[in-house]
Amino acid sequence: MTGHRIETRGLIDRSKPLSFRFDGKTYHGVQGDTVASALLASGVRIFGRSFKYHRPRGVWGAWFDDPNAVVDIEFGGITYPNCQATTTQLIEGLVVRSVNAWPTAQRDLKGVLDFAHRFLPAGFYYKTFMWPDWHLFEPIIRRMAGIGTLNTDVQDNFEAAILHDHCETLVIGGGLAGLMAARTAAKAGKSVLMIDDHPEFGGSSYRYPNDAADAPSNWVDEQLSAIEDAGGRVLSNTTAIGVYDHQAVSILTDRGVGVAPVVRKLRPENVIVATGAVDRPITFSNNDRPGLMSLDAGAEFLARYGVLVGHQIAILTNRPDAANVAAQLENAGANVDLLDPKSGAAKTIGSQTIKGLQLAGHTHTCDTILASAGLTPMVHLWRHAGGKLDWDEGRQTFVPSTGPDWMRVIGAANGTFERDALEEEARSAALNAPSPKRRIYSIPPLLPDTNNTEGRQWIDFQHDVTLKDVALAHRENMVSVEHLKRYTTLGMAGDQGKTSNVAGLAAMAALKGQKIPEVGTTTFRPPFVPIPLEAYRGAHRDTQVAPLKRLTLEPDHRALGAALGEYGGWLRPAWYGEDDEKSAVTRECQMARSAAAIMDSSALGAIEVIGPDARAFVNFVYYNTMSNLKPGRIRYGFMLTEGGLVFDDGVMACVDDTRFIISCSSSHADAVMAHLEHWRQDSFDPDRVHIHDTTQNWSTVTIAGPMSRAIVEELGVLDTLEDLPHMALKFGAFEGVQARVARVSFTGDTSFEISVPNSSVSKLWQQAIAVGKPHGAGPVGAEALIVLRAEKGYIIVGKDTEGETMPHDLGFGAPRLRKSAAFVGDRSLHTDNANREDRKQLVGLSVDSGEPLLPVGAHIVTGQGPDRRSLGYVTSSHDSVALERPISLALISGGLAAMGEKVEICHMGSSRHATITSSCAFDIEGTRIDA
Amino acid sequence: MQRFPCPFCGLRDEREFRFAGEAGKTRPDTTQEVSDKEWANYLFFCKNAKGPTCEIWVHTTCQEYFVMERDSATMEVLDTTPMRKDVA
Repeated sequence: MTGHRIETRGLIDRSKPLSFRFDGKTYHGVQGDTVASALLASGVRIFGRSFKYHRPRGVWGAWFDDPNAVVDIEFGGITYPNCQATTTQLIEGLVVRSVNAWPTAQRDLKGVLDFAHRFLPAGFYYKTFMWPDWHLFEPIIRRMAGIGTLNTDVQDNFEAAILHDHCETLVIGGGLAGLMAARTAAKAGKSVLMIDDHPEFGGSSYRYPNDAADAPSNWVDEQLSAIEDAGGRVLSNTTAIGVYDHQAVSILTDRGVGVAPVVRKLRPENVIVATGAVDRPITFSNNDRPGLMSLDAGAEFLARYGVLVGHQIAILTNRPDAANVAAQLENAGANVDLLDPKSGAAKTIGSQTIKGLQLAGHTHTCDTILASAGLTPMVHLWRHAGGKLDWDEGRQTFVPSTGPDWMRVIGAANGTFERDALEEEARSAALNAPSPKRRIYSIPPLLPDTNNTEGRQWIDFQHDVTLKDVALAHRENMVSVEHLKRYTTLGMAGDQGKTSNVAGLAAMAALKGQKIPEVGTTTFRPPFVPIPLEAYRGAHRDTQVAPLKRLTLEPDHRALGAALGEYGGWLRPAWYGEDDEKSAVTRECQMARSAAAIMDSSALGAIEVIGPDARAFVNFVYYNTMSNLKPGRIRYGFMLTEGGLVFDDGVMACVDDTRFIISCSSSHADAVMAHLEHWRQDSFDPDRVHIHDTTQNWSTVTIAGPMSRAIVEELGVLDTLEDLPHMALKFGAFEGVQARVARVSFTGDTSFEISVPNSSVSKLWQQAIAVGKPHGAGPVGAEALIVLRAEKGYIIVGKDTEGETMPHDLGFGAPRLRKSAAFVGDRSLHTDNANREDRKQLVGLSVDSGEPLLPVGAHIVTGQGPDRRSLGYVTSSHDSVALERPISLALISGGLAAMGEKVEICHMGSSRHATITSSCAFDIEGTRIDA
Repeated sequence: MQRFPCPFCGLRDEREFRFAGEAGKTRPDTTQEVSDKEWANYLFFCKNAKGPTCEIWVHTTCQEYFVMERDSATMEVLDTTPMRKDVA
């Protein structure tokens, strides 16, 4: 037993015991403990195993700066992976597991990797497992690597609230400097919000119980009362995760294991950063052993949790305030040796735990080492905001220099480590007065010795990066900091280099013969600490991200027993009735071809273009010539992007010379609207053409099939259907309400689209069903419609087209050659690439009756051996009920010129054959359209 | 999250806006001969300047396009003006 709880000290409540489990054993802590402090108090040293070598690891830091003690926590039946033991508040009943260790951290079978370390330098896996194929080795390597175990269950009740908040002055960090600044700003009349990531405000003040006339907690309480009395607010357990553009700051309140955090976004006028500093490890041989901690960790575990981390403690540091910490530890009952790390090469003794320290040839017996190579200010938020850094030779670290005028960094985060300098600095920041000059502060440099890379000297604990790895990166010319980081994974662990960056940069600087500031730093990016993904997601999930669009007729569809499904953002009937999908779709397809299909087409986009320049506008945005479309007539056409690619397809009706109705893909109405608005404002006089999306105002009932004419006649919307040829539009009335009737080819059969305002559609639908029934017609859902349209080769843009498809690839080449007026995308259709004969073109594929479907995505291949290559792939595949065989559409290189050719289809290693046909497989002559 | 002032609606969050292109590009008259190079310049090539830039943006909630001058390095917004002359 090394670490233990003492009778005094700490912010814990010793009268409230808590029990929890760690790696299968029961332990006890008290209210106010973290998982780490409770385990240390119970004498546990080994918290987990390192990422690559599976070395035993204990805690290094007492708070967010700890890179080692990462654990999985199970609570209430849910596993929370990769929690920091040092920042997780202990509650009753937690089940804690060390990560990356099997079966437990104490006895790790994979620890054998540690003996193989000389074969595992940086880049080892990539270099070694390249031949014959990295993918052969990847699964087992991935199983051995990684840290926690992800829980793949969706937690419906674990949803972070994301709130918007406001304050004039945000103080980040409620330690000595932050409290002083918040108090001053609040008293000066600012609306202040002060946050601190600990449960208690006060920062490092609890480490020095003897030097104030009053106890630190009294002083802290006094500051908090003063802040709140002046109207300020404070939030504990709250950390600033990032500073973003235009002064946006996100803060996250941790609410304990099992409860989702709360995120607040705000844009304060002033931000005061008082985030403190953390110890840097000293780079020496076996400096990763359990029992070697940071100097501040030793002080913090004592001050906050009443835990003395060892009996015989060696302090190894260049920090001038080490004697103060030593005195605290001695008061608590430890024997302390204060050692000078400059006196010679150091090495720890002991493997599972520290047994001693070898320094300059002398062996010092100890069970615990507290080390620090100086303090590293937490300048992350300053860098997020665009602030610059300077290398401070005296402090041996980077400190804030110039930056945004709305942000001030104070206290240890600014390199101000002297407590008597804080008051003036905090006051000046709170009142926006000029900052006092940084005091002279000088510690002896304690950087990695690149002339002595003997033994293993850890720089990044969690990712197992040693001084040798940095030297290897240098030899292999990975000398830029960003290359060094990615090659060795230095600073890429959960602590994001908080402990390792300075030593890593210093080592590279020494190897390159440069100064540290010349090497530079890597980019500081949010989040400041690891946070659960739920903090980003919030309520933005499922329909909260993309709300379903609902049909006016939904209750009618439900009454008919519709199976509803999502199609392009709309909840639409997939099929009707009690049958299974296959029988229902077959029945509906047969009904559509033999009698008529009655369908809800309300989801199709309906965009009106109105105004004196409407005709010129539609002619410009369509690939097809629309300038000569007569009133009352309809034309099918494509809209292209300016790059000549097919953007949308659909029909457009001309009502009169100043009014056109565009019908676009149901999933695409918003994008088409934005596309049209772009060209309207870019190339037209917006006062002479107006665009209006009426999709949500109208509902459409489509009746398609050989019996459709008889049904529509009985519905009586128009007096006569005699003068309504295919591709024509007429206005009529349904029960006294205006109705539009359009003849378009929806399924390849005679089709009528009847559109009425939403308020009348239910009646129209019910009447159509009633009238249709004696004719053998009935409701048809989206699944059957897809099959019916595929039989005719009618494409779905985005499914049967891809990011290179131009209209002539779909067999619509005429406007490209003949349309003389300018239109969107026109010039792009005449480049060398657009003229290539081996472009992927849309064709049909037929296989013999009785054969299975060609899988969507299957490749059409040519050649053998090394010459084998793909010519294209299957885009749609259906069982045609009318043809009693499978039908497919495919994009095939040069396909339009290869009609009738037999091709090889390859899918998942097996091979079949099919014949290239026209994309239209059913009623190729088109006689049914006017039947 | 940046904030941009729409000339019609005022200061709004970045998510309400879309970038529509660099300002000052004119669509070539495609009823006349347009060389590949000229078309490629129009279609693909941007100055992508670091520092002050002049761009077209659209405020998707009011659908109005406007010109925004901003600094692409500091993210500072310098000015926004409507594209429509009569409302300027």
